[in-house]
Amino acid sequence: MQFEMPSLIPVLPELFLLTMTCVILVVDLFLKEEQRVISYGLVQISLLLSVCIVYLTSGAEAEVIFYGSVIRDPMGDVLKVAIYLISAGAFLYSKDYLLDRNLFKGEFYVLGLFAVLGMTVMVSANSFLTVYLGLELLALSLYALVAFDRDSKAGSEAAMKYFVLGALASGMLLYGISMIYGATGSIEFPQVAKAVAETGMDNMVLVFGLVFVVIGLAFKFGAVPLHMWVPDVYHGAPTAVTLFIGSTPKIAAFALAMRLLVDGLEPLHADWQGMLVILAVLSMALGNVIAIAQTNIKRMLAYSTISHVGFILLGILAGTSKGYTAAMFYSIVYAIMALGGFGIVLLLSRRGFEAENLDDYKGLHDRSPWFAAMMLLLMFSMAGVPPTVGFFAKMFVLEAVVSIDMTWLALVGVFFSIIGVYYYLRIVKLMYFDKPTDDTPLTAGLDTRIALSVNGLMMLALGMFPAAILSICAAAVGSV
Amino acid sequence: MFADWPILSLTIWLPIIGGALVLASGDKSANATRWTALIISVLTFIASLPLYSSFDPATADMQFVERAPWITLFNIEYYLGIDGISMPLIILTTFITVFVIIAAWEVIQYKPASYLAAFLIMEGVMVGVFASLDAMLFYVFWEAMLIPMFLIIGVWGGPNRVYATIKFFLYTFFGSVFMLVALIYMYFQSGSFDILMFHNLKLGLSEQILIFIAFLLAFAVKVPMWPVHTWLPDAHVEAPTGGSVILAAIMLKIGGYGFLRFSLPISPDASHQLDWLIISLSLIAVVYIGFVALVQQDMKKLIAYSSIAHMGFVTLGFFIVFTITANPNAETGAMLGVQGGMVQMVSHGFISAALFLCVGVLYDRVHSREISAYGGVVNTMPIFGGFMVFFAMANAGLPGTSGFVGEFMVILASFRADFWYAFLAATTLIIGAAYTLWMVKRVVFGEVANDNVAALQDISSRELLILGSLALAVLMLGLWPGPLVEVMDASIANLLKHIAVSKL
Repeated sequence: MQFEMPSLIPVLPELFLLTMTCVILVVDLFLKEEQRVISYGLVQISLLLSVCIVYLTSGAEAEVIFYGSVIRDPMGDVLKVAIYLISAGAFLYSKDYLLDRNLFKGEFYVLGLFAVLGMTVMVSANSFLTVYLGLELLALSLYALVAFDRDSKAGSEAAMKYFVLGALASGMLLYGISMIYGATGSIEFPQVAKAVAETGMDNMVLVFGLVFVVIGLAFKFGAVPLHMWVPDVYHGAPTAVTLFIGSTPKIAAFALAMRLLVDGLEPLHADWQGMLVILAVLSMALGNVIAIAQTNIKRMLAYSTISHVGFILLGILAGTSKGYTAAMFYSIVYAIMALGGFGIVLLLSRRGFEAENLDDYKGLHDRSPWFAAMMLLLMFSMAGVPPTVGFFAKMFVLEAVVSIDMTWLALVGVFFSIIGVYYYLRIVKLMYFDKPTDDTPLTAGLDTRIALSVNGLMMLALGMFPAAILSICAAAVGSV
Repeated sequence: MFADWPILSLTIWLPIIGGALVLASGDKSANATRWTALIISVLTFIASLPLYSSFDPATADMQFVERAPWITLFNIEYYLGIDGISMPLIILTTFITVFVIIAAWEVIQYKPASYLAAFLIMEGVMVGVFASLDAMLFYVFWEAMLIPMFLIIGVWGGPNRVYATIKFFLYTFFGSVFMLVALIYMYFQSGSFDILMFHNLKLGLSEQILIFIAFLLAFAVKVPMWPVHTWLPDAHVEAPTGGSVILAAIMLKIGGYGFLRFSLPISPDASHQLDWLIISLSLIAVVYIGFVALVQQDMKKLIAYSSIAHMGFVTLGFFIVFTITANPNAETGAMLGVQGGMVQMVSHGFISAALFLCVGVLYDRVHSREISAYGGVVNTMPIFGGFMVFFAMANAGLPGTSGFVGEFMVILASFRADFWYAFLAATTLIIGAAYTLWMVKRVVFGEVANDNVAALQDISSRELLILGSLALAVLMLGLWPGPLVEVMDASIANLLKHIAVSKL
């Protein structure tokens, strides 16, 4: 195989990140314990530079390279930038947490960067094989990250569970891919789509393959009934890792769905729409109802994730370009919300105290009015109350399902979001209406404080000007 | 001269931005914060006055229109404008807020900056609800209103405040999300969120009925109508005085306004089909809730129930129009009904605000809202006693006060619809008088009941200013409702003309 140099330009962001990850891995070996912050700095710089590279090398047209394996298109660029930036935010929030717990190791960042790399590979996949490679790179890094605190029993247990279930789901996905390959004779999305459109829908093998692919997808999303791992992993993992798992992988999962279902299996839309309806309704129902019963905020946010996934699926299943735009908007917004939500959890926690229980939020308004207000904005945004951006995210996906004459689905969605409001309000109630039980002042570096403030205020700013992100998403999806 | 100025935006954003500043300034110098908040609220009130003075009552078109694209992909606009229906309610909002700020002066010692900021922000948001002509903008303001109120009740409320505020939030949120789906549905039908476009949107009867029910869920909870009223007594009792005032005086009106702006013009045929439902619910509110008010031990609860009964009049006035127009020779009757409902809303805004402030005055001194904790207040607080009796009379609908005008117009109109409607509605004159005056008798008159009452100080000049201004407003509106009725004339006539034409 001979590469011509220019053909590598579209994958330059990934190449750069891969190089930097290896460099950091090596550099870290030569750093003393107290110099570890250098690797942290390198990580942030490489993420920011990756954003610049994506920006500089982006084009308006989709480019397919590596013999049809990889695609570089505007949607991928937007998602990549979101992944880089939100991951950078996640690493920023985690720093103090890791330092406090002697977990501030280079490996954390190397694994994290590999996960980011995996996500971006998924985002730019143009064939089933590339998707799978990206997915596994992401998943393996996450398994290791979950068990990063090796003395934590809960962490090891969660990692084990995640690994076994994840391997099972990957197996399902591969099995489905192999069936689709058998039915269509290709693993490249455009060829698969063409073959499916030609052979028609009544090919049993194809539909079976689709079912397995959707199962794999649902697992990665954490959609009911394949959600079992979500609460345990969120709960068991160190909060810094939960923050990471809870935010950007949702964007990657959205990309996965777009690549697999839309690029590859669009002609089967009628088939997968029905499956996604079931997944979406179950996720919204179960996520919202069970979240009420949680007393641990990480578990609560885990169930809340499940319900948000239901909403993202609503946008995808609509199958219209506005629906995809809405789902993309939702997943990016959700990643930002989750980042902020877990960021507050990290802010409150300190050595020997995880701030995991809902009661730990009592009287936050008295302890720190500013961060209580940020959490308030984040909670209302997750609940979907205007004028925060979470409302618009919900509104746009509801519009998408109404536009395909599934108004009943919109009604189901809003019904469960009413139930959802309750547990978000409970956090606000604890923060604002209860007296603090713990008067320890909040200690956080200036960087965390600024980032969290920006993150919280973004809920309001984007709520007032949702078009800022929405138009980017629309332009990106429109060009698919 | 003001017609081209962005007065509506100013009235919305001045208090919101001012509120944010007050919030940021914190509690370090509470007095400076109070003055800032007061100045902002007065400025907002002044800013809203041109809406009245430069208002053209001859036209039913939207005035002071501001229009800019907001979210182009979904055709959502920042589209503001007012007509004769929304204008009086906006002035009411800016007027009442000034008194809420003054009333909080000494009473609120816990985090006064946040308290005042919450009310200022809420003021802007409520004005936004009345001024929005884009359905999504309306919805954003409509829901945004809940957040400050949720905090006001929850942070500064009474002992059972958490229960009350969560109930309040969930109830109203429940009602409104179905409206959201209806709005999105209509967007999909019409391609825009323009409310005026919705008015002219052709809809089949079954669609209209579903849309009507979605709106009903939202507005009935807000008004509130029996049987979805149960959040109101809880919220009122637990809310701090200012919260109760805003709830009763303005938030309830938003429900009534919604019927006029959305339900009636968008789904006229469904409104016609289902008017029996609204009329029965309204009459139940008037009669049954009146009796419920009679047995209350708690003054705030009593006024809360009386609010529900009075709002029953509003919805009755709005929905008897179909029966009236079906009867021969009754063109003016329909007009009278809707006008009566509107006057009742404005008047109730003043009276309920005043009554809650009166209870607040007593509560600040004795820290009890129980009727039985008082007796013979007039002996120690003669001036206050006079005001309380006056507002109670107004609440009972005494001629000469604003309470009479609205009730009388609605009763008069309901006679043209059906004798029994009028008969049942008119019972309020007796029941209303009974529960209000009986409360006054037990609280204000009689011998001095206990040491607490004996130690009462009469109202301060600050309280005198508040109650005096409201009394003046009640009296003026009662003696000379002309200016208020005039400004809404054209808009209501246009609305009635619009709903008389079937969309089918």
